[in-house]
Amino acid sequence: MSTSAGGPPYGRRRRRLSGLWLGLALVTAAYLALVLGMLAATATHSPPGRLFEALASREIRHAIQLTLITSTLSALLSLGFAVPIGYLLARGEFRGKPILDAALDIPIVLPPMVVGLCLLILFQTPLGQLIERAVPFTYTVYGIVLAQFIIAAAFAIRTMRATFDHLSPRPEDVALTLGASRARAIWSVTLPAAYRGMLAAAGVAWARSFGEFGPILVFAGATRMRTEVLPTSVWLELSVGNLEAAVAVSLVMVTAAMLVLTTIRAAGERA
Amino acid sequence: MIRVEGVRYRAGRFGLDDVSFAVGAGSYGVLMGATGCGKTTLLEIICGLREVEAGVVMVGEQDVTGEPPGRRGVGYVPQDGALFPAMRVREQIAFALRLRRWASADIEARVGELAGQLQIAHLLDRKPAGLSGGEGQRVALARALAARPAVLLLDEPLSALDDTTREQTAVLLKETQRAQGVTALHVTHSLREAGQLADVLLQMEAGQVRSAAPV
Repeated sequence: MSTSAGGPPYGRRRRRLSGLWLGLALVTAAYLALVLGMLAATATHSPPGRLFEALASREIRHAIQLTLITSTLSALLSLGFAVPIGYLLARGEFRGKPILDAALDIPIVLPPMVVGLCLLILFQTPLGQLIERAVPFTYTVYGIVLAQFIIAAAFAIRTMRATFDHLSPRPEDVALTLGASRARAIWSVTLPAAYRGMLAAAGVAWARSFGEFGPILVFAGATRMRTEVLPTSVWLELSVGNLEAAVAVSLVMVTAAMLVLTTIRAAGERA
Repeated sequence: MIRVEGVRYRAGRFGLDDVSFAVGAGSYGVLMGATGCGKTTLLEIICGLREVEAGVVMVGEQDVTGEPPGRRGVGYVPQDGALFPAMRVREQIAFALRLRRWASADIEARVGELAGQLQIAHLLDRKPAGLSGGEGQRVALARALAARPAVLLLDEPLSALDDTTREQTAVLLKETQRAQGVTALHVTHSLREAGQLADVLLQMEAGQVRSAAPV
């Protein structure tokens, strides 16, 4: 497109905007260069043969499988809680709402290790012991899911609240005038409209769960072939000086995370 | 018929006190008033989306004051149309009919009838994101009329349209109201719209509604 035909005011405006956009592009490029540089350095650190060798180990393959399964379960569980809580926060008007709002952020602001410690202590209480008798959480796979869920759900709730905040309540009101109950209006009108937000919330929850380390280490342990997830594998391999294996696991994590998040984003764009 | 008698409503500093007016059966009422005077609130009270502190709302010969929105026999078209974002036009119009468990053939026939009358037959498989402002308002109107409500409430349905579309939609609105035999209450700022549409002209001022002189 020609920029000279628009006359002086238009031309000046274009030049100023170009400077601004150039500045923004430079800041973005600097950040992206850091991220990509870090990934490229890791990817080229060891010869591919050594990486595949590390990935062939039974322990690592078990950890990959366990991490994928637990992250997916945690993400689904998080979404199951995030949708109703997000709706309540976005649409509900009640006393104590700011306190509830702040309380739901506790898992986000607590240091991850502290979350694990709190869970461990909770399951030492009489109530916790009672639950343990029905479903053993401490140092088990259930514990991994619970530790992932407690933090992932807090992020999913934020995403769902923002989603419902951006959706007008008007269509739901109209559905009521057309004869729908509130539950039916939410089910038929609001939830389908919140589909992209639900995908985003599930994606955020999955990513958080996939990379969760501290709470799992404290609450579920790091027993090989039992409660070892991929972030634990990285830590275990590093602690015994096996850098190749740590790098291999890290690359598996990067690849899986990018694949899942790209798929979720593509599904959201199609919706 | 719409009859509102002695309605009192309060929300914070805003309030309506002892509001009374009536629009006769089959008539087209137009309600005018300054921005923020409570016109939309009044429509929402008639719909049942807001609860009154005192007073009576009648639709036809029935007192609907304590009834939930879906049992009032009212069709509502909000200012922005408030179409269901994820639903195709056909499903939007059929929504109230499916809730009433109409047979599929009857639903199809009613959707076809309204789509023909409101000139939206070519839009039935589209979603709201693919509609223009005027098309969206016609879809919202068809959706509100589908279950044959006794009363149609329209909140500035033409305000966001360009002049040409507004003229065409106003004509269509009046024709449809007559064809469907529904009592309408239409909120607007436009004297031109009021002159074009009103059988009964109402003016809202300082929390009160009174009959105004014909335009």
